Amino acid sequence: MAEVALRQVVKKFGEVEAVRSIDLDIPNNEFVVLVGPSGCGKSTTLRMIAGLEEVTSGEICIGGEVVNDLPPRDRDIAMVFQNYALYPHMTAFENMSFGLRLRKFSKAEIRQRVEHAARILDITELLDRRPKALSGGQRQRVAMGRAIVRNPKVFLFDEPLSNLDAKLRVQMRTEIKRVHQKVKTTTVYVTHDQVEAMTLADRVVVMNNGRIEQIGSPQELYHHPRTRFVAGFIGSPAMNFLPCQLEQNAAGMRVRISEMIAFPVPPTNAARYRSAVDKQLILGLRPEHITEPRHNGRDDGCQFAATLDVVEPLGMETMVFFTVNDTEVCGRVEPSSAVEAGATMRLQAGIEHMHLIDPASDVVL
Amino acid sequence: MTVAALSNPAARRVGVGSSLRRSRRWALITAYVFLVLFAIFFLIPPYYMIVTAFKSDAEMARMATNPWIIADGVTLEQFRILLNNTDFLIYFKNTAIVTVCVVIITMVISVLAAFALGRMRFWGSSILATGIFLTYLVPDTLLFIPMFQIVKGLGLLNNYWGMVLVYPTLTVPFCTWIMIGYFQSIPKELDEAALIDGAGHLQMLFRIFIPVALPGIIAATIFAFTVSWAAFVYPMAFLYSSDQQVLTVGTVTSLIRGDVYKWGMLMAGALLAAAPPLVIYAFLMDYYIAGLTAGATKG
Repeated sequence: MAEVALRQVVKKFGEVEAVRSIDLDIPNNEFVVLVGPSGCGKSTTLRMIAGLEEVTSGEICIGGEVVNDLPPRDRDIAMVFQNYALYPHMTAFENMSFGLRLRKFSKAEIRQRVEHAARILDITELLDRRPKALSGGQRQRVAMGRAIVRNPKVFLFDEPLSNLDAKLRVQMRTEIKRVHQKVKTTTVYVTHDQVEAMTLADRVVVMNNGRIEQIGSPQELYHHPRTRFVAGFIGSPAMNFLPCQLEQNAAGMRVRISEMIAFPVPPTNAARYRSAVDKQLILGLRPEHITEPRHNGRDDGCQFAATLDVVEPLGMETMVFFTVNDTEVCGRVEPSSAVEAGATMRLQAGIEHMHLIDPASDVVL
Repeated sequence: MTVAALSNPAARRVGVGSSLRRSRRWALITAYVFLVLFAIFFLIPPYYMIVTAFKSDAEMARMATNPWIIADGVTLEQFRILLNNTDFLIYFKNTAIVTVCVVIITMVISVLAAFALGRMRFWGSSILATGIFLTYLVPDTLLFIPMFQIVKGLGLLNNYWGMVLVYPTLTVPFCTWIMIGYFQSIPKELDEAALIDGAGHLQMLFRIFIPVALPGIIAATIFAFTVSWAAFVYPMAFLYSSDQQVLTVGTVTSLIRGDVYKWGMLMAGALLAAAPPLVIYAFLMDYYIAGLTAGATKG
């Protein structure tokens, strides 16, 4: 149990700067997820916390102590790897107890800890098996068991679910959350999957190009992204970005995305956007906010007609794709109201959820 | 195939299918023919050796009998004379001592060297690794002249302990090379997991790497064993008295006198000398082939 702090941490591989001065405070027992595209520096950050990579400059503290020069074994951390990294010649029990044996724990203590972890993870039956005789999900549980038995200050997960099939991934995701609720420990979890990040995290750290783009709760990132990158990265399918112009006339403020289509800006947002009037901007609108007309069909100026290019029925909803000024836009409609591809459909923009982005700085206004 | 068949898609499919089957059958037949030819080619000398070892001198001298079969019945006479009346057992003992020592020295050096070169990246490690392999490419027929000076300087001329010193120059480079390959094939997460679990480098080597790389270690052991058991040039150059001699040179020098070849005993000696490597191969082959690394990471 300990807090983790990163102070202006930089990591360079030769001339390449993988991590560019990041600051991050993780309070005790928090579950933090580092998320971002490949090469954004999230794994490198995790490996620096683990002590597997040296820090080029800056400080990493675990439990208030600077650990920059401590080897991994003295940092009291445990790590779960993407490809499990189980010792193939040892049984699940031996794999889980290896760290304890090296630290000269008594046999009774080792047995008690391993059995306790095995009960938490429901792998008591598998303790005598070698990794070869375990399925992917079971191997991942053993790898988690190896981390749990050590009772470390910090858990580190490096994309632990990437090698599992879709169904198992969802199951293990829930499992990890359940384990964290039982074994309250500060956890840093790295993934490129934003759904994993949203479902697991107390706080999500979105990284891009070696920098932290935004830190916040899943809800905060979803509803109030601070940059275009975060807006596009969080949420699936991704947010639509449409070039637009902000107009002000006597009737109020409008955001125009084509000659035919302009939406009234909600009065709550208008004050914020005043300085951007007449500028070329980017309108960000999530697919779930482009729907069939609701509000009993009353047109509040946010309805428009679109000729659908592609229609993808998913069962509980149907994705519709159309083009506005050469930009592809995705909407999410009720299956019953969807029309065929090629036909024209009346759609409604949930403009109260709009984001306006300054294309020069990529900052959300 | 006719034009009609070509223009009919169904017929064309049948045609393609049968030609695939035919070409697969031909590939199989060709493979078997060559395998049988190779097997015969390689098994004739050992067969001849076995047959000759169990013949009497009288039968061998009689030109009328078929040399490929034992006509006068099996006899152990050649083995009896070889073991009782020659220094064969001394050669055998010397060879065994030299080989066991060489295998131990080789494995200790090459496992440690390979671990350092293959896993602990440091400045110049890859150049060093290549350099080690290059030393293996220098043949012993060239090396024995400078080596003679070294062995003589150490006072180990005509002493089989000299061989314990000299053979590793043949075995260590190649075994190190094999082990580097094996160690590098072990996923790096395994040592990271061990580091986090609290292992030092030596604990990592002995408790993780050696067990996981066992197939590679066995392959290297077999190689070191075979090289030192069958070495010929160095003992030929450095050993000359019978009590220090090893099997390869000893058998040949003591059983060929001028132009008199004691074929029966030579073959019996060769058979006995070939036995230990054969037994070791037979026992270790399964390990050699089995991939213990399966299941370490996502397969």
